[in-house]
Amino acid sequence: MKPGEELPPLSIPVTRTLIVSGAVASRDYQDVHHDAEAARAKGSPDLFMNILTTNGLVGRYITDHFGPRARLRKVAIRLGAPNHPGDTLVLTGTVTGVDGGTAQVRVVGANGLGHHVTGTVTVTVPADDGHLPADEGHEGEGA
Amino acid sequence: MTGRQDRVRDEAARSDDLYARLRRFEGRPAATAGVGKDPVNLPMIRHWCEAMGDDHPAYRGPDAVAPPTMLQAWTMGGLSGHTDRSPDYDALFALLDGAGYTSVVATDCEQEYLRPLRPGDRITFDAVIESVSDRKTTKLGTGHFVTTRMDVHAGGRLAGTHRFRILKYAPARAGGRPPRAEPPRRPRPVINRDNAGFWDGVAAHTLLIQRCTGCGRLRLPWLPGCVDCGAQEWDTVEAGGAGTVHSYVVMHHPPFPAFDPPYAVALVELAEGVRMVSNVVGVAYDEVRIGMPVRLEFLRVDEELELPVFRAGVAAEGSVATGGGEG
Repeated sequence: MKPGEELPPLSIPVTRTLIVSGAVASRDYQDVHHDAEAARAKGSPDLFMNILTTNGLVGRYITDHFGPRARLRKVAIRLGAPNHPGDTLVLTGTVTGVDGGTAQVRVVGANGLGHHVTGTVTVTVPADDGHLPADEGHEGEGA
Repeated sequence: MTGRQDRVRDEAARSDDLYARLRRFEGRPAATAGVGKDPVNLPMIRHWCEAMGDDHPAYRGPDAVAPPTMLQAWTMGGLSGHTDRSPDYDALFALLDGAGYTSVVATDCEQEYLRPLRPGDRITFDAVIESVSDRKTTKLGTGHFVTTRMDVHAGGRLAGTHRFRILKYAPARAGGRPPRAEPPRRPRPVINRDNAGFWDGVAAHTLLIQRCTGCGRLRLPWLPGCVDCGAQEWDTVEAGGAGTVHSYVVMHHPPFPAFDPPYAVALVELAEGVRMVSNVVGVAYDEVRIGMPVRLEFLRVDEELELPVFRAGVAAEGSVATGGGEG
């Protein structure tokens, strides 16, 4: 991994099933994440994904790419356009910094409305011998 | 003074008063000695991984750890609700609800994972109200951002930190907006009689600098007359394409539709001596430097818009003929 490296994009269909199962798996029972009528009554055109699911998907995108030894150190995300059913979330990532076995990756998740999520992930990938070259003390330069 | 001005003034005073009351909650606890309703456990980990489509091997088997991004999930109140929230947090929400900011949406989540969570770990947490913003108007509506910071402990040891920001707001309009069919587009240039020639040049992949035929002074952006001699007659010279970064800023906030912050906005000095505001491409936003050599190229933004931009990391003295890369 090196700065400037671009991760292959990951497309995730935003289904009602994904939104509802993500909300339930994260124990978030806000009605706007499972009840379309309630969401409309609150001014949204449909139900929408909760932030915990987005967080989980961003983490999965990074560890899918960096492999079975990858370990998440920090995930910092900001939400923009909502993820409604029928849309597609396309996650892209760019390595912005590398320090030993630790990389900072800038992640953007776009849907049909614009940027659903932007964020920065710090991930450590131990060397082949399992040693963590950057186990402690490597704080990023800020997200 | 009109009635309308009175109303505006009253509203502003009420808003200032509310903000002063909201700010008193900064630094107060949001949750004290909260306890996770379930210890970290394999079924909840598996349900999470199924929902996310996450098949990372570390989250399975006898030595499984929890996906770090589940951090907040272990602290959630679930259907039976939160029993750990502080009276201060409830009072802050009651104050916002009472002011009409009844809706809530999460906007930011920043987590740091210090130790992996393993099945059997008992979760406890403490949270503080870190900040309450002044009144902000967003696409969703007007409201206040509330930021909390939580320390999550497993077996009494700090396992992770979780900063969470929500917007408590009054919806801009009830009933919702239909989703926009297309992603946002970059703003269109305002083209008029005085600058149409510049944009004609861009369309032909040339960057045209205005030249006063009275005194010979070059000018960019285009203007109706010369700022030196006042002459209104002019012709153009084509920029060779070489330039250097004279200055730059990095845009973090606010985000504009079709732009993805952070990004660098540069003032590029052309070899001809005039300067223009543009984007630097081919280099990360935080690697743009004053004095960096750059080269003109044209970026196709969408089917109807092309923009002159400047690429870093190419020979500044390259031949003119290769300058117009197809962005």
